[in-house]
Amino acid sequence: MPATSLTFFVLLSPFIAAALAPLATRLLGHRAAWLLALVPAGIFLHFTRFSADVAGGGTTAEGYDWIPSLGLRFSWLIDGLSLTFALMISGIGTLIVLYAGGYLKGHAQQGRFFAYILLFMGSMLGVVVSDSLFSLFVYWELTSITSFLLIGFEHERTAARRAAFQALVVTGGGGLSLLAGLLMIWNITGIADLSGLLASGETLRSAPLYPVILVLILGGAFTKSAQFPFHFWLPNAMEAPTPVSAYLHSATMVKAGVYLVMRLFPVMGGTVLWETILPLFGGVTLVFGAVLAVRHVDLKMMLAYTTMASLGLLVMLTGLGSERAIDAAVLYLVAHALFKGALFMVAGIIDHETGTRNLTKLAGLARAMPLTFAIAMVAALSMGGLPPFLGFVAKEEIYAALTAGDSALMLACAAAVLGNALMFAVAFAVALKPFVGPVLPSPQRGEGGSKSRMRGTAGSEQVATPPHPPSGHLLPVGEKGEPHDPPVLLWLGPALMALGGLLTALFAPAFHAAISSPMASAVAGETHVIDLLPVPHWSLPLALSLVTIAIGVGFYLVLARIRAGVAKGLDILGWGPDRGFDQAIAGLVRFSVGVTRRLQPGRLDSYMTVTFVLLALVLLVPPAVYGEFARAPLFPAHIPWHELAIILLAVIGLPAVVLAKNRLTAIVSLGIQGFAVAMIFLLYGAPDLAFTQFMVETLSVVILTLVMTRLRLSPSDRRPLSQVLPDAAIAIACGLGMMLFLMKVTEAPFDSSLSDFFERFSKPLAHGGNIVNVIIVDFRGTDTLGEIAVVMVAALSILSLIRVRAGALRRPDDPAETDGGRR
Amino acid sequence: MNSLILRTIAPVLVSLMVLFSIFVLLRGHNEPGGGFIGGLIAVAALSIYGIAFGVGAVRRALRFHPATIAGAGLMLATLSGLVSALFGAPFMTGLWVTPVIFGTEIPLATVMSFDIGVYLVVVGAIGAVALSLEEEEDDA
Repeated sequence: MPATSLTFFVLLSPFIAAALAPLATRLLGHRAAWLLALVPAGIFLHFTRFSADVAGGGTTAEGYDWIPSLGLRFSWLIDGLSLTFALMISGIGTLIVLYAGGYLKGHAQQGRFFAYILLFMGSMLGVVVSDSLFSLFVYWELTSITSFLLIGFEHERTAARRAAFQALVVTGGGGLSLLAGLLMIWNITGIADLSGLLASGETLRSAPLYPVILVLILGGAFTKSAQFPFHFWLPNAMEAPTPVSAYLHSATMVKAGVYLVMRLFPVMGGTVLWETILPLFGGVTLVFGAVLAVRHVDLKMMLAYTTMASLGLLVMLTGLGSERAIDAAVLYLVAHALFKGALFMVAGIIDHETGTRNLTKLAGLARAMPLTFAIAMVAALSMGGLPPFLGFVAKEEIYAALTAGDSALMLACAAAVLGNALMFAVAFAVALKPFVGPVLPSPQRGEGGSKSRMRGTAGSEQVATPPHPPSGHLLPVGEKGEPHDPPVLLWLGPALMALGGLLTALFAPAFHAAISSPMASAVAGETHVIDLLPVPHWSLPLALSLVTIAIGVGFYLVLARIRAGVAKGLDILGWGPDRGFDQAIAGLVRFSVGVTRRLQPGRLDSYMTVTFVLLALVLLVPPAVYGEFARAPLFPAHIPWHELAIILLAVIGLPAVVLAKNRLTAIVSLGIQGFAVAMIFLLYGAPDLAFTQFMVETLSVVILTLVMTRLRLSPSDRRPLSQVLPDAAIAIACGLGMMLFLMKVTEAPFDSSLSDFFERFSKPLAHGGNIVNVIIVDFRGTDTLGEIAVVMVAALSILSLIRVRAGALRRPDDPAETDGGRR
Repeated sequence: MNSLILRTIAPVLVSLMVLFSIFVLLRGHNEPGGGFIGGLIAVAALSIYGIAFGVGAVRRALRFHPATIAGAGLMLATLSGLVSALFGAPFMTGLWVTPVIFGTEIPLATVMSFDIGVYLVVVGAIGAVALSLEEEEDDA
């Protein structure tokens, strides 16, 4: 299957490229972008090869067995929906890599940035092409993690760290909800891949647990796609460098939730619950996002809130689920990715050239930056929904869908008109306002120091200048003088995307045939044919479009007044989910501190007491209750003298431990016990066990000694008798319990089926004579893998505990610190 | 610890122990031994070296931070399990090759690299803990 392995390699390639990106950037500087962009471009070309087949209604489902014993596969499904997403992710990804090459030129960590972006691309691609529910989940989580890395890219700033953490908590929490939902789907249907699920008909909808599954799945989708009330992380995520905002937080990642609801629409959609929850949350998000967008003066923040509104619109349409609503969602999704990505990149260019993104400080740039202005206008015309752009086609379809039904749709329609009008105003506020009017002295030319003050508008915390200026902020190319049009790396991406919004509409029949009709068919689960052209013709939708534009122009003209009004309204409200998040996290921390104080008093002796009392209870109570104590053992008539000697050694060790004056003596005496036991293992034919026991004993003595000296305890044991007696009682109870337990265990006849199996197959199957080792590395290798992972994690935790204690003592140039905490 | 005898004997002892630990690791498949035990012997060797010459000397001799070594081991073990995926076999299937080098058949297997991974994890993880504990003692 060469085609299968080729697609597999293509899915893997962004991860390989990410590993090589830092090296490439070290060698080539920012020009590495041209090289790295070949990877997404290649992926794009690979996926276009599926398009003829998909346009004809075909789907491709391939893959490899992943965990055959659980019936899990690593597999992918390419149909109209996933193909459109894959093309968007790889196509826009190509442009974003180029843009990032220009945007972060000279940044000390540019290579790392490329690596993160490519990692994200690979993860996002995985989300949309995964056929297996569980590889979808793994990729889904990977997008959350890469998004965390990208938002926190300028990690010297508190606001960026907070935003990254917030996004991870919100989307990661949603991911857990999604996992629970997917597991329930798997449990109920027994199907672990989407292609099978899509063919399962009514199984899921008629399941009694359907409402629970729906809520869990939507928990994942709504957090990822920033639906109210989980939207707050998205505006804060604008802390990320602009290429990230354009790529993750408008064009791709935030659409993962929309992808998920679209993907599950054929098997979960169409129920009363679906048609209530999705339009409700989507509609609220739409209006709320659009209103909040006009409150801001920061270009990126305005775009971020309109993105939230657009996502709400998409969720609302998918929730309504009529044929036209699905078609509208498909068209709007593509249109939005193109114009919003372009506008974000334009905002980045303006920031780059002038040093500010503050709308009130920008004007008259058209003369200096004609090309940027043109790009911005083309994108804004599509966002505003004017013919002949794709945005217009999408909006016509939206209004057609919303006017075709009963009166309940009226509310959705009103929300759409209001939201679209506000978005129209924002589109032109971003694309027109900075370019017209009298030229203002931009901060970069006038007051040089205000640049860092303008950044970080998202978070409430303002941050002091970062310690390493070159890595903290981009270097504006326009620093030397007046703003002007940026180099090709910066304008190529937004230009192509803005043009995309025009060309897809101009060549609408081809676009519909290749992209929108197959995608709509895949979402709906039945054949849809979209044939809308970007030519206005008189109808109710067109009338609504005109109304939207009229209101939008009105909003644009009085934008400053609306802004003040919304700000005042929010002041009265005072308290949003963003504050709520901080409160929740602070509350969680306080709660944890309380619980920890109670459970972890910090006294080793109380831990030990609790542990051993419990152990004694567990060992002694059940046999006492059920009367199952072991019978007295039969002593063998003849014990060889060397075994007796070893037992004697162990017994002598006992008082040595108990009576030792000095703690060190006690530790070493304990070692004697261990060695005696190891000798017994050796005598009874378990050399591996004995061997390990010897080493463990040696190291325990060394480490215990080190710990003891480190703790600076008094060298001898000074417990009063009133404490020694209960401690001794607990110790004896534990020892007695353990002894009785072992005697009981050995009473039962030994079941040798397992050892027979291992003995028989160790050599022929695993080519190993040492059965113990063969079990460890082969028969039960996966267990061992888990164990060594635990060893590793435990060691890391111990290390950090030691460091926490020793933090104050450390010299700054300590070698132990070099590869960990400091960056 | 400032003991002339220990300082004199330590290099010889430590090199022998490390050698022995590798020997134990490699013979593990057919004779008593294996990655866990080998790793523990190597850590014991490191500890002796640390007691004789100080932790700084051990860290210099190791070149990498012990946690890095442990991480590399975990990765090696995981990758050894993944090799089978290339041949369509389930995760952690042991694969064997027996190339003939200088006229001798040398059996090599993914279980061996897996065991080497185990060895490295044990050396790195336990070593990291032991070294930083010894270090605290030096500081105090």
